[in-house]
Order: sequence, then C-alpha cells, then structure tokens
Amino acid sequence: MEDNPHLKHTPLHALHLSLGARMVPFAGYDMPVQYPEGVMKEHQHTRVAAGLFDVSHMGQVIVRPKSGKIEDAALALEKLVPVDVLGLGEGRQRYAIFTNAEGGILDDLMIANRGDHLFLVVNAACKDADFEHLKKGLADTCEVTMLDDRALIALQGPHAEAVLGELWADVSAMRFMDVAEADLHDVTCIISRSGYTGEDGFEISIPLESAVDVTQRLLEHPDVKPIGLGARDSLRLEAGLCLYGNDIDTTTTPVEAALEWAMQKARRAGGAREGGFPGADRILGQFAGGASRRRVGLKPEGRAPVRGGANLFADAEGKTPVGQVTSGGFGPSVDGPVAMGYVDSGHTENGTTLFAEVRGKYLPVAVAALPFVKQTYKR
Amino acid sequence: MLKFTEEHEWLKIEAGVATVGITEHAAGQLGDLVFVELPETGSTFSKGDSAATVESVKAASDVYCPLDGEIVEVNQAIVDDPSLVNSDPQGAAWFFKLKLANPSEADALLEEAAYKELVA
Repeated sequence: MEDNPHLKHTPLHALHLSLGARMVPFAGYDMPVQYPEGVMKEHQHTRVAAGLFDVSHMGQVIVRPKSGKIEDAALALEKLVPVDVLGLGEGRQRYAIFTNAEGGILDDLMIANRGDHLFLVVNAACKDADFEHLKKGLADTCEVTMLDDRALIALQGPHAEAVLGELWADVSAMRFMDVAEADLHDVTCIISRSGYTGEDGFEISIPLESAVDVTQRLLEHPDVKPIGLGARDSLRLEAGLCLYGNDIDTTTTPVEAALEWAMQKARRAGGAREGGFPGADRILGQFAGGASRRRVGLKPEGRAPVRGGANLFADAEGKTPVGQVTSGGFGPSVDGPVAMGYVDSGHTENGTTLFAEVRGKYLPVAVAALPFVKQTYKR
Repeated sequence: MLKFTEEHEWLKIEAGVATVGITEHAAGQLGDLVFVELPETGSTFSKGDSAATVESVKAASDVYCPLDGEIVEVNQAIVDDPSLVNSDPQGAAWFFKLKLANPSEADALLEEAAYKELVA
C-alpha cells in the first residue's frame, strides 16, 4: 500500500492503518474504504450496534456575525441558501443547500445555531469553493473561518446513544438535529444528533490534539466498530440520502432533487422571506409548476445491482429514454440491489416499471419510495 | 495442470478443458460479492473477452476469458450464493469450464510460483 504524497491525511490516518484499513483516494484524502471485516459486515454492524466513521475530511466552518447578533449571520447566510436559517433555534441544526444563479446545487451542508455563531459542515470535495463562496457572500457582515484544528467523527446506529451515554449522561436529552457542547474524557467536543446512515447517531467534532484519543476510547467499546467509506455509501443509499456529485450537483435543482422539504415555508412563495437566494426564480417556479424530472428511488427487480450512470427507459427494448441512475449498488439490509436516479415527469409514480441498461440488457426496475430502510431518528 | 493469468484467474486444465475461477487474491481485493453473472453454455469467447461479471457492494468487475474456447459448463452455485467466491475461490467457487480451442496456448500462462510473485 503505497503512500500517495498528493493525498491529504485526516488526524486519524495512522489509526486507520493500525486497524488494517484498505485506503483509497477520496476527495483529495487518503481514506479508509473498508476495514478487515469488509463492507457487508460493517454495514450490518452499523444497523444493529454502532459504527464509527472518520469524516474529518469534511469542512467545518464558523460564521460569526460582526455585529455580535446571530440574526445578522442568519439573514446573511439566507442569501446563499433557500433555507430558513433565521428560524433555527439555538442548539439546533438544519440541512441546507447552496444554490447557484441557475437554481443548481453547489453543495449540501449542515447549519447549526451555536448561540453566538453558526457552525457549518460542508462536503470535502467542495469545501474550498464553499469557503470562497461564503467569504464572498458574507464578507460585509460576518467573519468566516474554516476550522483546520478539529477532527470530525460520526457514531451511528442503535447503540450509539448508550455508548456515548457512558461518557456523557446528558446525551439522552438530545433530539434529532440538536447540537450541544460536551466533555468526552475531559475533551470539549461539539456533538450533533445527526448522521448519514438513516440510523440514530451523532457527529462529534473533536479538537485535533485529542482526536485519536477520543476515537480510540470509543472504539474500545465492544459495541463499536470502525466503518469505511464503502459501508458509508451503502448505508446512505438505503437511507435515500443524496451524495453530492452523484445525486445532486450544479445541473440539478432542489425541486428536481426532491429536496423541497429542505426549503421551509419562510423561503417559499408567500413566505415571510420569500426567495432572495441564488436561482430563486427558477426554483420557486418549479415549486409552483413542477419540474420536468424528479429524483426517485429505484428498486431493481432481479439480483443484479444497477449502478450510477445506467440509462433508464420506459420500455424493455431501450427505445424511449426516461432518465438515468445516479447512485446504485447492493443494499445489505435490504438484501438486494437499490438505486436512485432522475426520471422524467410522467414516469415518477411509485410502482412504475422502468428498464435500466446494464451490460447491453434492459433490467426491470420499479420506481420506489425512499428511504429503502426505516429511518430511526430520535425526533 | 494448474495455470494463472495476470488478470487473477486460475485454470485447472484436464484433457483440453479448463476449469476457470478467480484467485484468492482477486476475491480478497473485490471484497464481499453480491452478484455473479456467468456466460451461457455453448457460447464462445476469445482470450481477453469479458466472459463473466462479479459485483461487490461497491462495484462491478469483469472476469476475462483466459484463452480462446467454448463454454461447456457453468457453476450455478456461485450465482445462487455469490459469497461462495469469497469463502472458497480456488475450490468450490469455480466459474466455468472452457473447452480450449488451442490447448497448447495454455503453456504461455503463468505457473503458480510466478503468479504468487506477481501478487506478493
């Protein structure tokens, strides 16, 4: 396993190697794709116990209002996202998207209200561009800082609360999308009850110098195993969650991507702060009149996985193209192939049979409701 | 006669028919297999053609035909249970039997020692 000098390392890189991880390049980082147990067992362990993920490659950004008033930062950020940031209470987090002038999606992110500042988590591959975008958009009102002195891990699964509860009793008071500060082994961490697996769980931002220590102690718990990017992908796909760059990008709008739920009433037509974000005309227009295509779940009827990039047709002969798969693979918990993709309006109703082109054959797939597994968030 | 290819296949050749599978090294690299697609009996392939497909949770990979020949038998057991390829790749999880068009071409394939050196 050669060390690629062009790849960045997270603070947990040496720990991954010591755990026997197979490393792959991902978003400019040398990341663990799987550990010796393998993707299948890692996936299943996360669904029945607790999985620990290194997500330190993601960007952690602080947006601090120059006025000292959090409302000013919230209103400034609302110019970049079609989301109600002003209405986000202290200690709460919300999913958001950066849009561009055409209504496309520049990135998806989490926004937390931390009282005197906003705390953002953005995708690794987009973080430098996001940082520039934020600085440019918010320079007048806010200080924008990319934190390079913190690691980020996720602890996901039905045992995550009990595991974390052994270090911090108050964890059980947190609800889905709550954000709080807590000491884990005397290290002050920022903890959100959220994740990317469809399971209950937590994301934990840890000061760099304590990252290995806190992570190792969590891994000592018999219910916790390290989980690589392979299982992270199959878990999020079963949960119906988008992967930026695959399922959403600058060519997809939030309405096409079926992310209307991420746009609260205040920002929609007739809302208190209607529009006012990049691409608002197009996005609100699609809100009212519908889009010509939509992201849907796709359940292949056979055993063959249907991967991202596969073309979709209305007929079994491949004559009438109706869309494309954007993510697809095998769902270990579903025990079968699962996929999602974009389908022309008129073919998006659940149960519609479409045909995916795989190695020259046209395999039947059914339009299916997302998620494929029941989400177990503690609301 | 046991032979190997640089594409991580093994061939056990008896009376001009090669039983073909993927090596332990290949199975380990692919990870947990969830789907196997085998060729049809009676179909013919040239060396280097994609003759079968294996899929892990993450990705699909081709299994190439190691020599020219005709498929005379396939192993339905690995289609029914792809995890067999992970547990016994060089035994019960053979892929297909290939009637070699030119049995002497097998001489040019790798010996076991040379293959082991390749993946060491």
